[in-house]
Formats: sequence, C-alpha cells, structure tokens
Amino acid sequence: MKKTVITVVGKDSVGIIAKTCTYLADNQINILDISQTIVDGFFNMMMIVDVADSKKEFGVMVDELEKLGEDMGCIVKAQREDIFDKMHRL
Amino acid sequence: MINIHEVLETNEMIEKENLDVRTITLGISLLNCIDTDVDRLCEKIYTRITTVAKDLVATGEEIEKEYGIPIVNKRISVTPIALVGGSACKTPKDYVKIAQTLDRAAKTTGVNFIGGFSALVSKGMTKSDELLIQSIPEALATTDFVCSSVNLGSTKTGLNMDAVKMMGEIILETAKATEDRDGIGCAKLVVFCNAPDDNPFMAGAFHGVTEADEIINVGVSGPGVMRKALESVHGADFGTLCEKVKKTAFKITRVGQLVAREASQRLGIPFGIIDLSLAPTPAVGDSIADIFEEMGLERAGAPGTTAALALLNDQVKKGGVMASSYVGGLSGAFIPVSEDQGMINAVVDGALTLEKLEAMTCVCSVGLDMIAIPGDTKASTISGIVADEMAIGMINQKTTAVRLIPVCGKKVGDTVEFGGLLGYAPVMPVNSFDCTEFIERGGRIPAPIHSFKN
Repeated sequence: MKKTVITVVGKDSVGIIAKTCTYLADNQINILDISQTIVDGFFNMMMIVDVADSKKEFGVMVDELEKLGEDMGCIVKAQREDIFDKMHRL
Repeated sequence: MINIHEVLETNEMIEKENLDVRTITLGISLLNCIDTDVDRLCEKIYTRITTVAKDLVATGEEIEKEYGIPIVNKRISVTPIALVGGSACKTPKDYVKIAQTLDRAAKTTGVNFIGGFSALVSKGMTKSDELLIQSIPEALATTDFVCSSVNLGSTKTGLNMDAVKMMGEIILETAKATEDRDGIGCAKLVVFCNAPDDNPFMAGAFHGVTEADEIINVGVSGPGVMRKALESVHGADFGTLCEKVKKTAFKITRVGQLVAREASQRLGIPFGIIDLSLAPTPAVGDSIADIFEEMGLERAGAPGTTAALALLNDQVKKGGVMASSYVGGLSGAFIPVSEDQGMINAVVDGALTLEKLEAMTCVCSVGLDMIAIPGDTKASTISGIVADEMAIGMINQKTTAVRLIPVCGKKVGDTVEFGGLLGYAPVMPVNSFDCTEFIERGGRIPAPIHSFKN
C-alpha cells in the first residue's frame, strides 16, 4: 500500500467530490478515507488514498490533479503521506 | 491515521509560512582526483562531480513534487581545493583554473552553488594554501556559482593571525574585483573559526577530509513557521515560549529528516547530517528578526536581543535533536543581514549595529553574515573585525564566521542589491579607530587554556 494524501481547498461548489473521485476511479486509485471541514468559509477536503495500483506516475498524477483543481476553481494537491506522518507522529 | 487538521497545518506552513527544506548538499570527496598536472586534475574533477551529481537536481525536484515541499537549493560541496590542488598548482592562476572547472561542473549539473574552494589554515599555511588564498579574488570574479571559505582558527589550534591579516586584504581585493556588481564576490567568501566538515550551507560548505567519498547533508529552514507558532503563545511566560519553539523545531526537522532519507535512498548515497539552523530568506515573514519581535522586542537589536537569540537557538537544537538521529553542520540560528527583511529594517531604523551583531554571534551560529560595509574600509580594520569574531569562536568552542561585503564607492546609508536569496543590504558603519599595529604583529594567538582537555 502506498498512502497518499489528497487535499482540496477552495470555494464550495457542486461536484467537487464527484469530479475528484471520478479521476481517482479512472486511474485505479483507491480511496481509504475522506474527511471534510469548512475553515474560514472555505471548503477543505482531505482524502487518504492508495496509489499502489495507480495507472499514472506520481508526478503525472500531481500535475493532473492540480489541473483538475484549476478547472473547479480550487487547489488540489497530492502528497505522500509520510510528510504528515513524520511531522505529527512520534 | 493522520487527521485533516494536521494535514492543513502542514500545508499552511508550506504555503503561507515559507516552510521549505533550504538545501540538499551533496558532499563529494575529490581526494582521488589528485594529479601533478593541472589540466588533467581539472578534467578529473569535472568528470567526478558531473558523474556523482548527475541526478542530484532531478532527484531533488522529484522529492519536491511527491511531498509538496519546496527544496530551495541543491548544492555540491567538495574537498577543500587547497588539499586537492597542492601538487598541481604552482601559481594562483592554476587555482583560478580549478575554480572555473568547479563552476563549469556546477552549471552542467544544474546546482545552485558549489562550495569547497577552501583552505584550512587554522594553525599554519602551506604554500598551496597561500596560492589558493591569493587566487580567491580572481576565482570569485570569474565564476558564478563557486563559493570559497578559509578556516582561520580553532579552539584546539588558536588563531592564525598571519592568515587573518591576509584575509582582510583578500576580502577587499575580492570586493574590488567584483566592483561592477557591488562586490558580489564577497557574498561568496566566508572566513571561519572552528569550521565544521559537514556544513550544508553556503558560502561555507566544504566536504571535510574526515568524510566518506560521498554524503548527503540537509539544511532545514522555517523562521516563518516559528514566528507564526509563537503568535499562539503571545504574552506567555518563558517556559511556555520555549516549549513552543522546541515543538515547532521538532516538526520542521522531521520534514528535513524525511527529505534527507529519501534523497539518500534515491541517489544511493549515504545520509550524513541534518543541519538544524533556522535560515531566513528575504521573503517577508521568513525572518529571524520577526521572531524577536514576536517574542516582545520592538526591533532586532533592542536590549534583550542576545537573550532572545540564545533562547531561540538552544530550544531549536533541543527540539531538533529529538527529530533526527544525526545532527551536525552549523546548527544554530543564522542572522545574516541582507537575507532577512526584519534585520534590514532593524539596521535602517538604527536599532541594530555591527557591535550588537557581534554580541549576538556569541550565542548563535554563525557570525557576522552578509553585512555590507563602506568600500573605503581599511584591510586592517576588516582583519580586526575578523579577529574579534574568530576569538569569540575560539574561546567559546563554537563555530563563528565572517562574511563582510565592502562595497566600492558606497558609503553608510547607501543600499546594495545582491538579488535572489542573497537579498539587499544597507551599508553599515564600521568603527573607524585604527587597529593596524595590532594586525601587523603577525604570528599566532595560542590556543586557549580550556582546549587542553587530554
């Protein structure tokens, strides 16, 4: 399993989750966990996904998700989980 | 499992508070390149560097992308060139040739800087050391990415005052040789006392002879993150303040450790150390001076600044050592003037003087860093400032350094622009009383009594 964190931050609108999930499904990326919150009026979503079977190279996925975000008017980032894990867990 | 607030906190640090990994520095030993012919030596050096470091920049960029954390610099440090060029170089010109080779290798590999055009002369100078030092002005004027350093003393050996005198003159010559670019050559030249072998930061990085063939050292950053974190303990007592600094330093360092481990694995080169220094940048908010202001000082340089810096430096180390198994390099807060907007403001407002900066270097790495001084400053005055700083390092068993930039044709109050991470600086006044007779004495200052620990 290769855990990756995908974050979506931006103005709330219809279909943000649907579009992101469609992209992930199309690329064989399995969603393990989703959580969502509103901070300062902004939509914040975090997904933990498994990219072990992903059809795309990690870098390509990062770029495509970023592009998808731009189309939806939000910022979509994909980062390996380690960076959060190392920073917040002993 | 990681929760959304932790994820958002990390990304907030990266996006809004300038959290980054300041540098991945690849140390390369050039001892196996030694040759008696200077052209053959240059060829070997070029081949060795461009072979070992060929994937450094690409790997760094890959890691940046996958973890979403900027890695600002990818750098190379090499064995002090005075050791490598000893049998081949007969004149300073020969050393300039090596500097130009290093520059070419830096350009081919795409790194931001290459350090190690250095001589270690803490006790005495070999002919080779002397030739290298003489070549520094031309070497730095005719290259773009080469950084040079000279170790002038140590707690164990005392201070080489002949070399201190010589470096005063060399710093001035380097400024003159790069006069058309506001003395930028001096921004790439630093003198040390107790120089570490594994420093990943420029201009002082070199790959010491105690190191392996190749090694990855990483420098973290994060003054912006620290300042933001301290906002949440505004007005709290020192115990609470220290706890916050420590925890924040831990988080920053863990990211550095992760990047170091990844880089080491992907390049197949062993991991050396993490340098825990808080390194500012000219970006607004990414400033050590701003941390002081958050702690309750009106400006950096106000009474209390040395205590604030001592506290900050110590707590950063305490948090950092817990986060990484191998800590080394300089590991202290940096207080460069030109690279820190808050420091620049403090100088412009008259809150921060050269003398206060000197006092601050007693409690932090590294030293008098990126300070522009009038171009008509005498060589002996520069040597005097260097000697003072070296003495602080020698007596306190710590690294100290001096990176002064005499700016030809400029006087106190003028501003010089270096660009990029080097920033800009107001020209600071220097004590005008003379120390020539003291510097002219020559010889060595003996090692201090507490160095005899055997």
